[in-house]
Amino acid sequence: MSKKEKEEKSTDQRCYPVETKNKEGSVCVITERCKGCEFCMDFCPVGALQRSEKTTEKGYHPPEMTEGCVLCGKCEKICPEFAVHIREKGVEDESDEDEEDEKEERGEWI
Amino acid sequence: MSIRKSRDWFSPDYQEQDTDEGVGYGLHPLDEYLREDRIPHIWCPGCGLGVILNAYLRALKDSDIPPEETAVVSGIGCSGRAAGYVDVDSFHVTHGRAIPFATGLKVGNRDLKTTVFSGDGDLFAIGGNHFIHAARRNVDFNVICVNNFNYGMTGGQAGPTTPTDAKTSTTPWGGFEQPFNLPAVAAGAGAVYVARWTTYHVEELIDSLEEALEKDGFCFIEVMSPCPTGYGKKVGLKTGKKTMKHFKENSEKNPDADPSEVALHPEDPDSKIVVGKFVDRDAPTYQDERGKVFGQAREEMGVE
Amino acid sequence: MMEPGTYFMEGNTACAEGAIAAGCRFFAGYPITPASEILERITERFPEVHGSYLQMEDELASIATVLGASWAGKKSMTATSGPGFSLMMENYGLGLMTETPCVIVNVMRGGPSTGLPTMVAQGDVNQTRWGTHGDVGVVVYAPSSPQELFDYTIKAFNTAEKYRLPVVVLSDEMVSHMTEKVEVPPEDEIEIVNRKKPKDDPEGHLPFRPDDDLVPPMANAGDGYGVHVTGLTHDEKGHPSIDEKTQNMLVPRLIDKIRKNVDDILEYDEYKIDDAERVIVAYGSVSRAAIEAVDMAREKGYKVGMLRPKTIWPFPEERIYDLAREGVDDFLVAEINFGQIVYEVERCTGGAAQTYLAPRMGGNIHTPDEIVDRIEAIDRGEIPSFKE
Repeated sequence: MSKKEKEEKSTDQRCYPVETKNKEGSVCVITERCKGCEFCMDFCPVGALQRSEKTTEKGYHPPEMTEGCVLCGKCEKICPEFAVHIREKGVEDESDEDEEDEKEERGEWI
Repeated sequence: MSIRKSRDWFSPDYQEQDTDEGVGYGLHPLDEYLREDRIPHIWCPGCGLGVILNAYLRALKDSDIPPEETAVVSGIGCSGRAAGYVDVDSFHVTHGRAIPFATGLKVGNRDLKTTVFSGDGDLFAIGGNHFIHAARRNVDFNVICVNNFNYGMTGGQAGPTTPTDAKTSTTPWGGFEQPFNLPAVAAGAGAVYVARWTTYHVEELIDSLEEALEKDGFCFIEVMSPCPTGYGKKVGLKTGKKTMKHFKENSEKNPDADPSEVALHPEDPDSKIVVGKFVDRDAPTYQDERGKVFGQAREEMGVE
Repeated sequence: MMEPGTYFMEGNTACAEGAIAAGCRFFAGYPITPASEILERITERFPEVHGSYLQMEDELASIATVLGASWAGKKSMTATSGPGFSLMMENYGLGLMTETPCVIVNVMRGGPSTGLPTMVAQGDVNQTRWGTHGDVGVVVYAPSSPQELFDYTIKAFNTAEKYRLPVVVLSDEMVSHMTEKVEVPPEDEIEIVNRKKPKDDPEGHLPFRPDDDLVPPMANAGDGYGVHVTGLTHDEKGHPSIDEKTQNMLVPRLIDKIRKNVDDILEYDEYKIDDAERVIVAYGSVSRAAIEAVDMAREKGYKVGMLRPKTIWPFPEERIYDLAREGVDDFLVAEINFGQIVYEVERCTGGAAQTYLAPRMGGNIHTPDEIVDRIEAIDRGEIPSFKE
């Protein structure tokens, strides 16, 4: 299945839509990969992420979005577990090159 | 073992291996570089290795190097497990011998962009001799040293970069040896690119990795990393985030520093962890030099 | 490779030339007496044949580099002697575990430790079989002349490529330093074997799933298969899998790889064995004296023959077993050590024949007279059999 379809079907990921002055996108957390290290929360420049009350299957508290995110991508870079990543509308992920048209057609994000 | 008793030791029992898809595989943009059934990795919560691997894969993705021309070699230890997660030709060899193995790989196939990913003990204790000679030869590969100040995998023993006063598993009364200043060792041995960062400095680390991947010659990047399980909890840095905070508050960027002067002095509360890119120079690589000499030899012999 | 013809060549030179003829284009080594001439010859010849050599900082690095180059697709080799070979034990094991084809030449010298650097001994024989930790299956050749050093180095490369393991060429100082006639055949008459390449696509490829001959095809680094190679016990994907079941799948296969293919690998020579009542077992340089001793003993009326293992490992177990039951009364093992192969011989007779040892300390080979004297002493009842 296409990457987009995988994402839509996946229950592994929680995506938080973000809209800033000049960017639109989302911050996605693949919750079951999270080990609760809290690097993303501690080093988000605007403190947009907080510890979720809910736990993963293994008992870790993954991050959840509050507000103020500027889609800087620091959380994605600093996560040791490949659990956090951001999508920004208009910024291609190279692996999606084939699906560019599909995305445009559907017009939606997340 | 007698051949006459032809008892089969080996009896194939192939159960179709279910490809464990791994958690959420394919969702993260770097998943294409990871071996799907190996994620989540074995590193502890708060370990910095994942951050460094993340940075490395990002740098790899942003470079133009095709994955088929990439090789990762690691030694033994937690850092040594990195090779097992990267979905390229990856080699998990014996303790301390990642560098000579990578030398063979690179000299055997010059198209392979080779990176050695290993720890402070693997590279500078048992592997120390190999490190300095590879730097001296200026073989074209990158060495990423994950410096977590101890032998983490085996339970937190002291290593060649452990601060003197730390009470580790093998220095329960405190230590009495001076640790290495890794950038000084690398620069002294002749590395053409020497940088030190911490896992807090992800942006700079990614840039450094991109530069090292581009650059020809022996490139060395030390990355200081939290090890809450093996080391941190013995020195008052019980969690990864505490260690990261420590890196943030106690480091200072100084790219003009002389590598010989960036030794760490954690016993001195005013001293800073100096980070930066200390050496970035050009020099003919091992292969360049060899090509010249062999070319001349062939001319003298009158052969192609 | 060299122009075909007849040459008067030193053993070590012949070894290096054999490697080049076999297609070896990568060498990493460290100087050590009495193997340094191999390095030197390689460094002289490699520019011409477009090979790469590295003089490494120690033997540990040498063997690691050789393994790396093999994974890069090159036929690679190192050469050393006892002290260096001991250093190489760990990575010899890594090569066996990861099924990496390469050749290690060990030119035996007096030991233990620094021992007699410039003099012959045969003290490393059992080490090649048992020196690395864990259970392995090995192949070790014991040439006895410069011609055999040439031929068997080529054969070592072929066996290494065919069965995917580090093969040892176990020379000794005398064979390596003697200068003798070596016939170099034309290139098209030399059989070269290359490693099996995978036939399937990278997608779903299992790098350690063996074929029927128990050898998996080998994808080199850079071929696009993204193999993971580890010294940890691994499954067919090459991923570490640290449990008993995986160990059971992997290690027995590494051992059986050699056992099951023994008919293809095992080699030995016999001399005047048909009516022999006593068989001298000797290898390497000692076999030269032993052949002479057989003739001398025959003149004195003894019915003696010689069995010369050319592969020390796998050892010609079945042959010894059969000879012991077909009229051979005893075996006299002549080796320059205090008994290494003799244990194998004794075990293989299964008690159906006696085993005697003619040891030497190291420094010189047996003389034919010595061996004949030993035979006579045995007959006089002066020498206890080995097990006493």
